[in-house]
Amino acid sequence: MIESIIINGLTSGGVYALLAIGFSLIFGVARIINLAHTAFYMLAAYLIFTFASFLGLNPLLSVILSVIAVTIIGVFSYKLVINPVREHETAILIVTIALAIIIQEVMLMAFGGHPRVVPSLVSGYTEILGAKVAYKQLLAFGIALIILLCTWALLLKTKLGIAVRSTAQDREVANLMGINVARTGMITMGMAVALAAIAGALVAPLRVLEPGMWMHPLVMVLAIVVLGGLGSIKGSFVGAFILGFAETLVVFLVPMGAFLKGAVALTIMLIVILIRPEGLFGVAFEEER
Amino acid sequence: MKRVMKGAIILLLACLVGVATSCGPAAAAKEIKIGVIGPMAYVQGEHHWYGALLAAEEINAQGGILVGDEWYQVTLVKVDSNEMVSVPDAASAMERAITVDKVDFLVGGFRTEAVFAMQDVAMDYAKIFLGCGASTPELCTRVADDYDRYKYWFRVTPMNSTYLGSVDFMLLGMVAEKIRAELGIEVPKVAILAEKAVWADPIVAGAKQLLPAIGMEVVGEWRPSPTATDVTAELSAIEAAGAHMIFTSFSGPVGVPYAAQWGELEIPAASVGINVEAQKEGFWDATGGKGNYEMTMNTYARVNITDETIPFIDRFIARVGEFPTYSAGTYEALYILKAAIERAGTLDSDAVVAELENTDRIGTAGRTVFTSDHDVTWGPGYVVGLGVQWQDGEMKCVWPPPGGEWEGVDYEGAVDYILPPWMVEAWGP
Repeated sequence: MIESIIINGLTSGGVYALLAIGFSLIFGVARIINLAHTAFYMLAAYLIFTFASFLGLNPLLSVILSVIAVTIIGVFSYKLVINPVREHETAILIVTIALAIIIQEVMLMAFGGHPRVVPSLVSGYTEILGAKVAYKQLLAFGIALIILLCTWALLLKTKLGIAVRSTAQDREVANLMGINVARTGMITMGMAVALAAIAGALVAPLRVLEPGMWMHPLVMVLAIVVLGGLGSIKGSFVGAFILGFAETLVVFLVPMGAFLKGAVALTIMLIVILIRPEGLFGVAFEEER
Repeated sequence: MKRVMKGAIILLLACLVGVATSCGPAAAAKEIKIGVIGPMAYVQGEHHWYGALLAAEEINAQGGILVGDEWYQVTLVKVDSNEMVSVPDAASAMERAITVDKVDFLVGGFRTEAVFAMQDVAMDYAKIFLGCGASTPELCTRVADDYDRYKYWFRVTPMNSTYLGSVDFMLLGMVAEKIRAELGIEVPKVAILAEKAVWADPIVAGAKQLLPAIGMEVVGEWRPSPTATDVTAELSAIEAAGAHMIFTSFSGPVGVPYAAQWGELEIPAASVGINVEAQKEGFWDATGGKGNYEMTMNTYARVNITDETIPFIDRFIARVGEFPTYSAGTYEALYILKAAIERAGTLDSDAVVAELENTDRIGTAGRTVFTSDHDVTWGPGYVVGLGVQWQDGEMKCVWPPPGGEWEGVDYEGAVDYILPPWMVEAWGP
């Protein structure tokens, strides 16, 4: 059983990490709590379905096109809807949740409530430590890790990464140092949405698509970023795996309460926050910056 | 001459007015408005609509419904309850259908929690509401408890969840026998996997109580959300528990990822129970063929439940291009309503209720007779239900088993149940 818990916890945590890091990035740089973040994840999954199943395009090409399209949509949303109200936190919350619901309703109108399935690049399964793991789960986990490493490297080793981190640290000083803060914000939004779109691409063949598929991940992402420390990339990474494992543990240890797995994960977040209000890596992140 | 012309024109106009006033009411066909209420963005609501549409077209083509000595045409009103997302929306939709659209009767409803709310609204207005989706017995016990208020409610389909449970246990028993015979496992282990919803609760409670008494061991109960999109963890836990059978109760979209992941991971346990998603023609494609060997209770399959069954399926497919799911029982509901109205000779709700109570119709899913609490009667000779299994891309009827082994019920076209080969490989001697 332990093997199964480890494998399932890792795959679930990997997808959450991709989503949470994107969410954290845009919060850290632009102080935007983007509640439409997981709606972009859903949008990417539906676009892949459209390209691959309706238009019959190559699955890999469908993924690339979807990630590009969603990134462009995300950047335009930032420019047109979010940026104008960026100074008003409450307005951002309302605007982004409205955006998410609009995307959901558009998907509902376009595809109905029917569960949709995206064909997988690979099929079959293997056994790791005695636990069955589908190849597509392994593929998703592997790609998630690679993307996370690339994001990490981009943030730490490139000029763009320095600009992003500088803006996150202090917008005014970054501006005085010649960094185009507005453009950095937009680029970060693009990166964050691209990460969400990639998460959607990874999840699309693993799960069924339905217009409400963004809600549970959004709740989980909020829990993860608060648990890890708002704006902390490292915190989001660690928090994602903690809550991924928490959900898996509930299913294995309290099967009758499997539907409560989200609630249990949120309870863990609450307990951590009560003990450590800045989240697990809030302080570390400050130092890191 | 002018006077004559003037007189002729006046006479002509008078005739025209007379003709218009005398022919007008007779020429404009009277209508009976029937609200078809359901989650229209989802397959359950779509099939509510399709079933009603097919029936309405057939009834109207035959002249309509004869009320007393007047013929009425059926006009359908599509009412989207949005009940998958919001129970309050469902109640509002019902209110709107009655007060704004002015429907005379209602058919449909799917999600139990929402149907309770819709039922109350319909009863407030004394509107007859024929349920075609929710299975919880309490919807009908309300009729027994407070007849005067709830007498306008009747359930046409499905059977209530107590009977669904009974058929479920018979399906389990049949598969358990197969496991005993083919794999030599005397006490098969059963994992209960039911979505967290009201309708599934009595089935789960019954299973935990009954299965040990009929030679099966319950190894655990898992209750994912009806809208869960990933149940790999549940399946891994079930495999780790050593289950030989997974007893499913799914009405929501979770049935698709469940079956796809069950087949993909080749979980060595036969899947038996209710999976509404597996009742749909699109299930095979939705699971990428991984749902092979998935078994579910169903209402329709290509077997002669009655002489009406296969012709109805053919007409349904010809009209809408899909295989009917159980919520297409609105087809039956309309015919039952038509017969009751014609017997009553009036549209008065109380009179129609009295005639609905006398319903005895051999329809597409069996013989419909209502119980005293307005539920559909279950049992041999009435509505029984089917067990179907996906076998290489085709939905085959496997229960009642061929040869009339159960109560002598033998439907032409039924075949034997097949254990998944990976299960035989894992547990075989």
